[in-house]
Amino acid sequence: MIIRRKTAGLLGTPYIVWAAAFIVIPLIMVVWYGLTDEHGAFTLANVAAIADPAHSKALLMALILSLIATIVCILLAYPLCLFLVQSQQNSTSFLTMLLIVPMWMNFLLRTYAWQSLLEKTGIINTALRAIGLQPLRMINTNGAIVLGMVYNFLPFMILPVYNALEKIDQNVVNAAQDLGAGRRETFTKVIFPLSLPGVVSGITMVFIPALTTFVVSSLLGGGKILLIGNVIEQEFMLAYDWNLGSGLSLVLLVFIIINVVVSALIERDEEERA
Amino acid sequence: MKKKTNGLKKLYIGLIFVFMYAPIALLIIQSFNKSKSRGRWGGFTLQWYASLFQDASIGEAFTNTILLALLSSVISVVLGTMACICIGRMKKQTRTLMMGITNIPMLNADIVTGVSFMLLFLTLRIQFGFGTILLAHITFNIPYVILSVMPRYRELNPHIYEAALDLGASPAYAFFHTVLPEIMPAILSGGLMAFTMSIDDFIITHFTAGAGVHTLSTKIYSEVKLGIKPEMYALSAMIFITVLVLLCLVNRVQGDLDLKAKEARA
Repeated sequence: MIIRRKTAGLLGTPYIVWAAAFIVIPLIMVVWYGLTDEHGAFTLANVAAIADPAHSKALLMALILSLIATIVCILLAYPLCLFLVQSQQNSTSFLTMLLIVPMWMNFLLRTYAWQSLLEKTGIINTALRAIGLQPLRMINTNGAIVLGMVYNFLPFMILPVYNALEKIDQNVVNAAQDLGAGRRETFTKVIFPLSLPGVVSGITMVFIPALTTFVVSSLLGGGKILLIGNVIEQEFMLAYDWNLGSGLSLVLLVFIIINVVVSALIERDEEERA
Repeated sequence: MKKKTNGLKKLYIGLIFVFMYAPIALLIIQSFNKSKSRGRWGGFTLQWYASLFQDASIGEAFTNTILLALLSSVISVVLGTMACICIGRMKKQTRTLMMGITNIPMLNADIVTGVSFMLLFLTLRIQFGFGTILLAHITFNIPYVILSVMPRYRELNPHIYEAALDLGASPAYAFFHTVLPEIMPAILSGGLMAFTMSIDDFIITHFTAGAGVHTLSTKIYSEVKLGIKPEMYALSAMIFITVLVLLCLVNRVQGDLDLKAKEARA
């Protein structure tokens, strides 16, 4: 494009200023508040507070539940995407129906609706009783939170995995089969490795929102199960301890950075191999 | 044998569909439920749809939500498209840096983004309210526009724009007549994505709204403990059905156009 340098620079200035003011500076504020006390003196106490048993328990819980949710998302999404790609019909409108349209029902309401499905006298338990089975205790359990995470973040797994699978050249698959690979071998040696970048980016996109959520746990955990997200939210909105809240956010930020770096490295590896 | 596995695959896809839509179906059914307590069917009624229009607080939250989504998506479309033109012709290193910064709101956890805005507004002593929510929404919307427009902009053939200039068009005229029409689909899909994200956002709004202003999301969250008003189900059901019908119409029209184009070619 030969749009003159000066004009192009002028056009970009608003966004550059905007990004500096509302993306970069706010993050610096988190670091600043996280590393100072209420008088503005440097301290590591806010970050070290993660070792406090209540906080570390919340972090551990969030890690375990979000890991399980991520794995469940892979297990649910992968076969779905495989079937969709194999069906060879135009799946775009189907995927829009499955993934985008539900977003037009407020996500708090959708999550809240699971309460009616899972609670003691809820729909699932009523159905179980009707066919003569024991009702289950589902609401306010870890399982309910994992379910809420999977429900909310499954689309973030489906999209990248589907895109990766769809990009695979059918000729490569055919070549593998011509060379005598069975169905299982074709999958483990050709299809799965080629779809790995999609799975990795799906993991990034599911794990972080699940790890940091406070909504799912407060809606489906009944306020009994605290995740690290709940702790931070309470520090900011109830305790007004912004320094402590920021310090704990820094701990989350470390996980986010690790997550981004690892997935970038794996993606680069894949590209190099290709 | 083959038929059987095909059936199983369809069943699996169907089950995922049910999983995604069961809560939505439940909410819509609930909006017609006479009984206020969820999980008990008290008979069919339309009363929540009627009382919805008398509820000023829901109306206000609805207006705020729509206004925020409209303003934030339009502003982010303008800023984002302008930014693409600039970033598109930067040197590789600066471009990588700008795109890295652009990616931050998408990769960062919403809670950290929300908290960072809250700290910024607190430090600058900016009054929390509609304005602060709008600033936040524009910020997390711009990346969707840029990531949608950027690839399309870089694929453009620069010679068409140059030809327009050679033929005496002013740069602005050339831009609006050669470049803009080409990137319009990407702008629209980025804008639609931004609009959807703004409507669906709760977490970032929660940290930037302050006490007085409610969007539908923050209102629902504040009602959860006491029980959500049935009018809220009615409103959400109406929004959902409206969007669904609109999407189907757009699909039909697009299908018709495609068909006509095919016929014209044949």
